[in-house]
Formats: sequence, structure tokens, C-alpha cells
Amino acid sequence: MSLAIKIAWSLLNVLVAIAYGLVTYGVVRKTMARIQGRIGPPIYQPFIDLGKVIFLRTATSHGVMFFLGPIFRFVGGVGLFLVLPVIVGVPALENFSFNGDLLLAMYFMFFGSLGMALGAAEGGHPHSPIGIGRGLSQMTSFELPFGLAVVALISVGGSFSVTEIVQRQQELGGVLGWNLFQQPFAAAAAFLALLGMNMYPPFNIVGAPQEIPVGPPTEYNAVFQSLMMSGRSIFAIAKTVMFMDLFLGGATSIPEAFLKTFCIYMWTVFVGAVFPRFRTEQSIRFFLGWPTLAGVVAVLLPLF
Amino acid sequence: MSNKPDLLHGVPEIPAGSVPHANGCDQSCFLGERPDPLSYKEAIQTVKNWFRANSLWVIAYGTGCGSIELRPLGTARFDMERFGIAMRPTPRQSNVLIISGYLSIKSLKRVIRVYEQMPSPKWVVGLGSCTINGGMYWDSYATMKVLDLYLPVDVYIAGCMPRPEALIGGFKELMRMIKNGETKGYIDYIERLDWYRENQKQIIKDWDLPDYSW
Ligand code: SF4
Repeated sequence: MSLAIKIAWSLLNVLVAIAYGLVTYGVVRKTMARIQGRIGPPIYQPFIDLGKVIFLRTATSHGVMFFLGPIFRFVGGVGLFLVLPVIVGVPALENFSFNGDLLLAMYFMFFGSLGMALGAAEGGHPHSPIGIGRGLSQMTSFELPFGLAVVALISVGGSFSVTEIVQRQQELGGVLGWNLFQQPFAAAAAFLALLGMNMYPPFNIVGAPQEIPVGPPTEYNAVFQSLMMSGRSIFAIAKTVMFMDLFLGGATSIPEAFLKTFCIYMWTVFVGAVFPRFRTEQSIRFFLGWPTLAGVVAVLLPLF
Repeated sequence: MSNKPDLLHGVPEIPAGSVPHANGCDQSCFLGERPDPLSYKEAIQTVKNWFRANSLWVIAYGTGCGSIELRPLGTARFDMERFGIAMRPTPRQSNVLIISGYLSIKSLKRVIRVYEQMPSPKWVVGLGSCTINGGMYWDSYATMKVLDLYLPVDVYIAGCMPRPEALIGGFKELMRMIKNGETKGYIDYIERLDWYRENQKQIIKDWDLPDYSW
């Protein structure tokens, strides 16, 4: 497949992922509403919100880094998505995966948040740095169990390539070949870390609307906000694709990919629907407790 | 009303004596219309208005007893989210400012700042008789009496206090007005900023706000 066609396919994939992320967010809002006994907004409400903020005009500017913050976040999401194969074996849906892409993916997961932190801090609003401080400390703590889980996968599979990890699971065959069952400790560590990544309760202190109005994005509106909304949706989808590839044996068809990513995403939503919010130090303690222990066990187990 | 600019037909003129912004952006930045070549087309405007009407973000800020009636709107009984109405905690991301009842002169200062920081187009809803004529605080030394003098109000909701159903009715009316392009309060505020400022300064004795809160 020539490079031009490959780029075109990847662009299409990114657009579909953004739309899918927005629909998922609409479903999440509807689900939350139904759980609370409300009717809830229509499923396409995120599209209306996105359209509205695009049509807004901003007059706030706090310097170059302020502009770059949401762009970094968006690029982080797109970058993460582009190095992951959605369906292994179908060139159009493999994006730009290559040997060692897992390392780059881990890097991209941090990239967006760091850019956002730099940009939001330049906004000068006191609530932004508080949100950033909470966000980064929470991120550092859930990266530990997630990193351990990835190390376990790499050491057992002997490869840094997501594609090879997927192929290995598919060769083992069946549902029991998935890393979810082959490496339950690594899966436990990673899926608990995912709770923190998706920032639904109990780990939504980062953007606590009551004490620190939405945290880092406090000063952002209009186009910046539209960038952040689309960046967040593609980031969410990229993360679920990554989890699907690493633990649920990838996907062999498009409906399967949709189903698996949707289930992975809703796991965090359902946990979030029934839990109140942790304080920052509580969430750090949580991630450094059982999830990290599971990660350590996952790394050490193959040695015995 | 006749000399007001028509939003449906392009960007209004910038009045003389506008406050220049540090970034070279003057008050026209707040008139809400992105200067795109299609904006003269009514069709585009209609689409924009439809988006705006169906995604009202209200700044979560309560001034008087009326704000008690705002809370039930989020609950299962009234559920304003089904109309796309959501609470935002920061003025930068809000479009609707609800003055929920009596407004003390102290709060008026904050409300002015909040209102000016919101991106255009933005709308003000006056909730309760206190915002219309002072209500039962008509002779108080500490509250403003007629909200229209200090901020451009788009919708008033009468009552003391109005029930949540009345609030939803007010939102519905606001949505209808936005869809029809009838809300021009935010343009009026820019055009007659001097007049509003004069009124504001008359009752805020310790005036220490900037020329315009960007
Ligand atoms: S209108 Fe009545 S309920 Fe509302 S703020 Fe005034 S006194 Fe309170």
C-alpha cells in the first residue's frame, strides 16, 4: 500500500475515531442520566456542544504556550491513535504501527497532559495549576501499575510491538488466549489504572467543578475548547484501542472492534456511576496499593 | 430598536470610543460573529443559532433566594440536561448568566466582571420579581432594583419565587428567541457601554473595576 493511500486511510480512521468518541460520550451522559433516574440529553448532544463552541469567538489570549496547550493535547490523542493497529492484518486499519510502537504509545499518553499542563499554567488562573498538580500526581501514580503491566506483557511476549502482541494472542486462539486470561495480574493492574486514565469518579478530582472550576481548562473557551473536546474523544478511543490490542486479543472485524472498545470504555463509566470522589492523596494511595502489587506480581511471576 | 444592528446581516459596526484590547482586539471581538465570508447568509446563521439554542451552558452562580430553585433543575424531577442545558463552573465557557433574585450591590460588581468575561453571544436571564422591580427588597439600601439598568436582560421570569417549571419555561422562551435571532442584548451592552457604566457607577460607590473585564 503506497504511503499516500496509507495516510488517507489513517486520516479517515482519525475522523471516525473522533466521531465515535463523541457518540460514546453522548452514550455515557445518557447512561449516567438513566442511572440517576433522569431522561438525559440526546446521544448527539456532544456534537451540538462541539458545534456551538466552534462558532464562538474568543478574545482571551495568554501567550503562545496557551494556544499550544490544547493543540498538544489533540496531537497526543491523534499520535497515540496513529501508532496503534485497530485491526491487525487489514492494512487500511493498521495505521502506522511498527516494531517498538508500544514505547512510543506510552510516551504519547503523557505527552498530551504535559502540553496541556504547560498551556493551562500560562493562563495564570490559580485554579489551573491546582488542577494540573492534582492531574499530574494522579497520572504519575497510575502510570506505575500500568507501566508494570506493560513490562510484564513485553517480557512474556518478548516484543515491543503491539502487532506481535496481538498476533500472539490470536495464535493461542479463542477467548482464553487473550492476555486478560493469560496474564490476569497484568490485566488487573492495567484495568485498574484505566479507571484513573479515564477520569471518571472516583478519580475525577482533576477537574472538580465545585472547588476548582473544571481544573486545567478553566481559562479555555471557543476553538480551544473544541480542540480539547475532540482531543479528549480521540484520546479516549485510542486508549481503549490500546487496551483491546494488549489484553482482549485485538479485533478481527470492525464490529468486533467497536464492541470491545465500547465494553472497555463502559467499564470505567459503570465504576464511576456508583462511586463518590477520592481526594488526591486517596487516589494516589489506591494506585500505589493493590494495582501496583498486581503489577509487581505480574512482572515477577514469569521468573518462577 | 430600529438603529440596532441586525445580527442576521453581518457584523455590526464598532461604536466609536471602543476600549482597545492589549492584543489589538477591540470590542468587536465580543460581538460574537466570526468574520467568515458566509456569515451574511441567513442559512448559516440559522444553523449557528440552532446549535447555540440547543447547547445552553449556564454559569453556576447564584445571587438571591432564587438560586435555590436552580438546583432542582438538575435532578430527576425536572432534568434540564434533556434540553442540552448544562451548568458550567467558569464564565469562559458559559453563555447564560442567571441573576437569581435580589442582587446586592456587592455582588453586582462580581456579576459585571463575570458577564464581561463570558464569550459572546451571551444571554442574561432575570429570575424573580427582585430583578424586575426590586420585589420585596424595593426599599433596601443594599440591593439594586431594576436589573435592566446594569446588564442587558433577555428574558425575565416573574414570580417570588418562580418554580422550576417557570424556569424551564424561561429557558424554552430563550431558546426560541435565540433560534429566531431575537436576542441582541450582548450587542446592546457593547454599543451603550457608557450608559451601562454610568448606571453601574451610580450605585457602586467604591468602583475599582477595569475599563472592561476581558
Ligand atoms: S423574587 Fe422573591 S424569592 Fe426571588 S430573590 Fe426576590 S425575594 Fe427572594
